[in-house]
Parts: sequence; C-alpha cells; structure tokens
Amino acid sequence: MANVTIRNLNKKYDGGFHAVKDVNLEIRDKEFMVLVGPSGCGKTTTLRMVAGLEEITSGEILIGAEVVNDLPPMDRNIAMVFQNYALYPHKSVYQNMAFGLQMRKYPKHEIEKRVREAAEILGIESLLERKPRQLSGGQRQRVAVGRAIVRHPEVFLFDEPLSNLDAMLRVQMRVELKRLHERLETTAIYVTHDQVEAMTLGDRVVVMKDGWVQQVGEPLELYGKPLNRFVAGFIGSPAMNFVDVTVSDSSGVLWADADGLRLKVPPQLVERVRAHAGKRIAIGVRPEALHLASGSDLPEYSFDTAVDVVEPLGNEILVNFRAGGAPMVARVDPAVRLKARQNIRVALDPERVHFFDDKSGAAI
Amino acid sequence: MLIERKWKKWLYFYLPMAVFILFTLFPFYWMAVTALRPDHELYRTWRQASATPFWTLEPTLEHFRGLLQTTAFPKWLWNTMLIALVSTVISLICGMFAGYALARLKFRGSEFLGTAIFVTYLVPQTLLFIPLADIIRDLHLGNTPWALMLTYPTFLIPFCTWLLMGYFKTIPKELEECARIDGATRFGAMVRIIFPVAIPGILSAGIFAFTLSWNEFIYALIFMSSADLKTVPVGVVSELIRGDIFFWGQLMAGALLGSIPVALVYSFFVEYYVTGLTGSVKG
Repeated sequence: MANVTIRNLNKKYDGGFHAVKDVNLEIRDKEFMVLVGPSGCGKTTTLRMVAGLEEITSGEILIGAEVVNDLPPMDRNIAMVFQNYALYPHKSVYQNMAFGLQMRKYPKHEIEKRVREAAEILGIESLLERKPRQLSGGQRQRVAVGRAIVRHPEVFLFDEPLSNLDAMLRVQMRVELKRLHERLETTAIYVTHDQVEAMTLGDRVVVMKDGWVQQVGEPLELYGKPLNRFVAGFIGSPAMNFVDVTVSDSSGVLWADADGLRLKVPPQLVERVRAHAGKRIAIGVRPEALHLASGSDLPEYSFDTAVDVVEPLGNEILVNFRAGGAPMVARVDPAVRLKARQNIRVALDPERVHFFDDKSGAAI
Repeated sequence: MLIERKWKKWLYFYLPMAVFILFTLFPFYWMAVTALRPDHELYRTWRQASATPFWTLEPTLEHFRGLLQTTAFPKWLWNTMLIALVSTVISLICGMFAGYALARLKFRGSEFLGTAIFVTYLVPQTLLFIPLADIIRDLHLGNTPWALMLTYPTFLIPFCTWLLMGYFKTIPKELEECARIDGATRFGAMVRIIFPVAIPGILSAGIFAFTLSWNEFIYALIFMSSADLKTVPVGVVSELIRGDIFFWGQLMAGALLGSIPVALVYSFFVEYYVTGLTGSVKG
C-alpha cells in the first residue's frame, strides 16, 4: 500500500510536442484517483510515466517514499490494465494470470493459491483453462483485472479499461471495479475520457486539458465549484450552458446583458463580478438550474424564449432553446408538455449561477 | 440479396480456375511423365504413328534407378538439405532480432537502417557473386558447405528481417509493456511473449528462406566444384547434361525428387504460412 506523489512532471516528445506540463499530484494511500480529459490532454502519458513505460522529461514520481524515475516497470510494484486488455494470446487464462508471479519466482503453490483466489473474486474460475480468443469482451476484461490483482501490487494503473466494452457491460464493470477497489483497498490511478466514469469511480478526480491539470477535487466539488470554464463544461451531461454577457453597473445594481437577455447578478457574486463591470464575461448555468418560470420567480432572473427542440427522456425532459445568442438546454419536469416553437418563460436559480472570465476562463 | 445464376459461377469462377490450375500444374505433370517414360519413347519423334506425347504406355523406374546409382544424387539431396537448414536457422535468428529492433526500438538512424537492409536485398545476386567469390577465396571457404551456408544469409537475412518486422508491427505494443510491468526485462518480454506470439510469422519466414536456399542456383554453381559437394539444382544440371546431350529422364527424375521436400514443408505449414503473411493477432 502506498501513496503516489508527482512533482513538476513534464513530458516533451522528440518532435517537440509538450504532452504533460508541470503536473503536481498527491495520490493518497488507498485512494481511487481518476484522470479525465479529452483525448490528447496528457492523461495517458502521465499514467504511462507512473508505470515506467514512458521516459520522464523532467520532474519526479514517488511511489511510497521512493523516487521511481529511473526504475524499470518491473521494479515499481505496480500493475496495469490496458484498454485492449493485452492478454497474452498464446497463454491460457491461468498462465496469463500466473505470468507475473512466475517472473517474480513465487513458489508454485503460492501462485496457484493467488490465481484461484483472484479468479474467485472475479467469477472466472471456470475459464482458467481457456485461451483469450475463446473469451468474450467482458471476460477478457476480467482476466486483465485478475492478472493485475494476483500480484498484490502497491498501485493499480488503469488505462481506459472499459472503453472497448459495449454500453451495458461498461456500466456493470464500472460497479464491479468500484466494489473491487473497496475490497482490495489499494491505491489506484484510473484514466478515462468519460466524465461519467470519472465521477462514479473516483474518490477524487483530476481534470486535464492540453497537458495542464485544470482542477483536482472530489466529484461533487468539481461539479458544484468548477475552477474554470473548461471544467464546468466538461463535467456534467448535458453540459453547462454558457452565454457571453456584458456587465453593467446601474446605481449599485449589477446587470449581465446579452442579446435579448438581461439578468441581475446574484447577490453572493456581486462583490467579485464588480471588478469586471463594463467588460465581457461568460455566465454559466447548468441545465438543472433552469426551470419553467412560475409566478413566484423574480423577473430579474427570468427571460422569454421559444422552444427549439424537445428531448423527452422519460425521467426528465431536455428543452433546447436559444437565449442571449447562445443555444441552451434546460432539464425540466417530465410532466410538462412542450412543443417546438412554443413560447416559454424560463427562470434560473440565482444560487447556482457561475461567472467565468472571458479571456482566462477562470471562475469569478 | 442477389441470386447468382449457376452458369455464371461456372463461367466466371470454375472455368478460369480450371485453366489456371492446368497452367500451373502442367509442368509438374510433364516432369513426372518424362521421368517415368522409357528412353525409346523419349527419343522418338512425335510424328510417329504410335507416339503418345501426353502419357506413357510403358512406365518405368529406370531413370530413378540410374539417378540414384550412377550419380551422387543422394549426396546432393543431403547437401542441399543441410545447407538450406543451416542458412535458414542463421537467417531466422538474425532476422528475428533485427526485425524486432527495427519494429520496436527507436534509435537514431533506425529508419535508414531498415531501408538500407531492404536495399541490400534488391542487389542482384548476379552482381554480388563476384565480390563474394573474392571473400570466399580469401577465407579459404571455397568448395566447402560453409561457402553456401554463409553466403545464403546475405539475401535471406534482409528478407527475414523485413517479413518479421512487418509481423512484429502487427503485435500490439501493450503485450510487451504488460510483460515488462509483470516483471520481464525488455529482452525477456521479447523472448517470452513476442516471439511465441509471432510463431506464424517466424514459420512463414522460415519456409520462404528454406525454399529460397533450396532453389538457389548461382552461388551453388560458382562456389562448389566437386561433384560430391553440389546441391540438387546445380548437380542435376551440371552432371546430367553432358556436352549437348540431355539425359531427360534422369534430369526430370532429379527435379521431381528435388521438389518433394519443399512441397512437403509447404503442405505441413500452410495454415501458419497464410496467417504469417496476412499478420493477425487477436488479444
């Protein structure tokens, strides 16, 4: 069991591409840390550097108290699960799981014991004699996980392990991985591009973009208090709505104006937004912070618009419309019947409004 | 769905196929018939009333007996087998390591090296034999099996390297990365994981290399002079054509016997051989 410390980590490829920029992370013992971001954001490169499969350009990686920069992968006491499973096609399931232990010269009975134990945890006891090509995608995934857990490593590394599974199986395996982590209590670093996976699995989540860490935090913290516009837009589905507005100060009251939209800046944000008076900033509202206006809604937090498209999902209805020159989505009660081109009045929850700097994208 | 008419399938598939098979197999048939034909049938004109150019009425093993008893054919067969095997093994071992390095290791000039190896394969043997003859003489290897065992790899290694490089590239990198995390060194991962997975590719490279050295003619003709040390292709041609006399029956008997080992090798490994060329690994 160990914590993983990453200090000022950089990766520059020979071609000059700077994939990972000054990453600092402290992954605690037994923590499940998820790295998430769009493709090319450096998350996989970071993971591969922890594994020792990619050379470190500068910075330090510590597993426990030991700097592992120059240790080969085999000496880092880690186990990794790959996206394409990377099962050895010429070995049986048993041999696949035993390989790592054989390489480390474990006695035969110990190998046998550990493989059986892992197979039981994962429910693949009946498959031990099969070859990987005789297994379904989900079974291969389990074998790949089994191969990692027999080693009892200090850190698990997962590189998009669920991406090759179909949607149903992915949800099922997601739950199993979470349960497995709770049972094994081993530090885990998990890379994914799927924000739902990140939110459901991670004790904490790291959002990355263009090689930079954007924000590190618990799932609900990322959701409720995004540090910048990128995190706000990346976490949550449907994504947060953004409208570019201009702030104006009329005798002490701040207003955010856009084309056909005039909203009062909520009192809790007035102090911080005042510095941006006269400038363009972005206002961000999550779809669930919008609702159809009723009599009790204040007019300074409401606006008129027309329905564009209605997406009835059953448990909720997503209403698409335009406001302030930008497309928006509201998540509304499924009992409401709406038609395209129908005029509606939408109100927002002033407690759940975010403002972002126009240039840096940082939250205000 | 389109329903094809039967006659169309016959016209566009079976008929061209039959023509093709006839075209490729006829020389072998001719070889066999000639080898089994008695001399008096061989050397009479086709215009004779009793002539049967496409089959024989009196099959005989006389030519085979002559070939095995009056010439050093069994010795040639043994020479060819030994030389082909040794040069194939040498070339495969070198090709496996070189192919792996070119496919996986990134080092300065690796692409240039790959191209350079390929270019050496393109230099015709008819040019190379002159400098090679010089080297063989300087090393005092002339007229020994080593002359061929060491010169055949000059064209076999580039060939094996390229074929195997292509095959190694189809094997997912993650396999050896996983092995390295599992506790193998880079070399260990190569030997324990990549080579076993690449067996179809290695086998087809081996079969090709074996066939190429089995059939090789020009080096064998130049570097070997004693009748006892010759290989089948050279021996048959140089000992069974005396002046302007062709011993057709024995020539064809020799050719037939000489092609059997290669045919056997192919038929045993045909499945590996096909996957080896198309290259496929499924995790």
